[in-house]
Amino acid sequence: METLLEVQELTKRYSQGNVLARIIFTAVDRINFFIRPAEIFTLAGESGCGKTTTANMILGFEEPSSGKILHNGHLQKRGEKVWRTEGVQAIFQDPFCTFNPLRTVDSYFHETVHNYRLARSKKDVTDWIDRKLRLVGLTYQEFAGKYPSEFSGGQLQRVSIARALLTDPKLIIADEPVSMVDASLRMSIVNLFKKLRDELGVSILYITHDLATAYYVSDRIAIMFRGNIVEMGTVEKVLMNPKHPYSKLLRDSIPEADPKRRWTTGVVLSELEQEEYLRRGCKFAGRCSGAKDLCKSALPVDMYVDEVLVKCHEYCGDSKN
Amino acid sequence: MTIQKTPILRTDHLKTFYVLEMYGNRKTIKAVNDVDLNIYEDEIYGIAGESGCGKTTLLKALFTDIYPPLRLVGGKVYYRISDKEEIDATALSQEEKRKLRLVYISNIPQGSMSVLNPVLKIKETYKDFIGSHFVSEVRTPINQPAAKTYNDFIAGHTPWRSREEILEQARQQIAEFGLPKNVLEVYPHQLSGGMRQRVTIALASLMKPRIMIGDEPTTALDVVVQRGVIQMLKEIQKNLKNTIVIVSHDMGVQANIADRIGIMYAGKIVEESTSERIFGQPMHPYTKFLINSLPKFGDKHLRSSVPGSPPSLADLPDGCPFHPRCPQVMDICRRQMPDFSRPAENHKVACWLYGDGKHGNAA
Repeated sequence: METLLEVQELTKRYSQGNVLARIIFTAVDRINFFIRPAEIFTLAGESGCGKTTTANMILGFEEPSSGKILHNGHLQKRGEKVWRTEGVQAIFQDPFCTFNPLRTVDSYFHETVHNYRLARSKKDVTDWIDRKLRLVGLTYQEFAGKYPSEFSGGQLQRVSIARALLTDPKLIIADEPVSMVDASLRMSIVNLFKKLRDELGVSILYITHDLATAYYVSDRIAIMFRGNIVEMGTVEKVLMNPKHPYSKLLRDSIPEADPKRRWTTGVVLSELEQEEYLRRGCKFAGRCSGAKDLCKSALPVDMYVDEVLVKCHEYCGDSKN
Repeated sequence: MTIQKTPILRTDHLKTFYVLEMYGNRKTIKAVNDVDLNIYEDEIYGIAGESGCGKTTLLKALFTDIYPPLRLVGGKVYYRISDKEEIDATALSQEEKRKLRLVYISNIPQGSMSVLNPVLKIKETYKDFIGSHFVSEVRTPINQPAAKTYNDFIAGHTPWRSREEILEQARQQIAEFGLPKNVLEVYPHQLSGGMRQRVTIALASLMKPRIMIGDEPTTALDVVVQRGVIQMLKEIQKNLKNTIVIVSHDMGVQANIADRIGIMYAGKIVEESTSERIFGQPMHPYTKFLINSLPKFGDKHLRSSVPGSPPSLADLPDGCPFHPRCPQVMDICRRQMPDFSRPAENHKVACWLYGDGKHGNAA
């Protein structure tokens, strides 16, 4: 099977404190996943679950503590600046932080085209940029010479997607691309992702906490919780019929636009993030309604239930493992 | 749901504009343009709209937090401080406003990290909040006759307190909301985003205010935490029986919390009704777009977002401000702003598609 990106046993540990009182906590704990060509893969979970750390390691912003990242079957070397290669590009959460407010936005485009030697003559450069901008529904004329503050949030996020598309990447890593955009304009961004996948064959690692757009746009999904992938499979199976208690909680917490179907049950929130990270057994045991003694002492193993990977003791009870 | 006929918070043709002058060029940004609001006691009122439609400015005006370049151009904001008395909040002095805040009206800000002082423990912030309202009250007498009733109102709430008493009150409140006990002893960065937001809400509801105003209190939180925060706000409202005004662009959040919803577009309220009617029978094309743009589970069909982008508030189109994006645009929309028509008793909508021809010039 051809994979564009493969992550094997990827781990990131952070340590806090001094020599005498050191706390080591595992932000990302031995995760495995892969992305096929022309596929949108979602990494979902609440804030502080290790989604962004994973993205940063894939892009080479951070050094993994252990584990492997394979791009097209090639091992990512230590310190390799993946974000500088043509094949992988990134989109970040806040478009207003992506661009320098004192520089015109088009200067970034010209710079990228120049650095990657994508076009030579002035006309070719403009054409190249214009072609990429048209993909996201903008034109060169309405964008040239403008500063970031002259765009609306949704527009600027689309500009930032166009910038990522300049080098014809095979994989785009989108870290919470819609969380700063208005709910009414979110669809224009996620529709764009669909278009990129279907028309250009671009794969997207879509990192989000918004399961509604994740369901709408992605093919496969992995739900992360405190550094572990707790459930992974196709979106239909994972989101329509969640198995892990945390996935169920996430699924139920999406606000429905229907005042007749409000939440009736309460929800337990985490107190201090670090406490959950340092938990020995299943990290969700403190909030899970069905937690047993076993959950508090041992981390469950990955089990395949109905072609969906689940990390929960409830599903590995028979095998005693 | 019961609606009392006396609104607790009322605006009357409120107009607040940002007036910018640069090199002799005058630029007016019409952020709140002729808004009439009637918000009743014991209800949660939601204000929905895209970013840049003037929601935050409207809240600032309701909170009478009006500083240049923001200017009050016309209209008034009324607070009902007792059964009989209604005061014009825009005429109050700075000191009078300060005393009303937190006791009568309080604000839940959006960025919880920038609300709590990062170098102080949570309990110190509590002391600041409570202390500012108890210790200094006695010193400054209010002389203006207009403020007399309100002085009485405040005085009932403000005996002098010692530091220990303040801490005791803080502990009690923390326990009431089910927040962990050690929350008072930690620094803001040690708390998770959701916990921080809940501490901020707890602080805002500390003095049991009659009106609480929340500016996107759940935006930038993830779904589980968002649900917890909404749950907490609802509980507070149930216990205090006060009024909460929630601004959010997320219609899913509005559906879950609000009793009545006002849809805001380009500085104007374009539709207002109970949340059942807004979601059941939306009338304004913009409201329909807002609701339909939300993705739903089990439905992967292509959904469209609202076409185009919101108009610049400095350069509004003639007539109805939504007409350049409206799929059902008519000739009259380009010329004249529709007045409200009332399809039902508790439903008003400003659109030429509805009504009986009695439309006036301004909404």
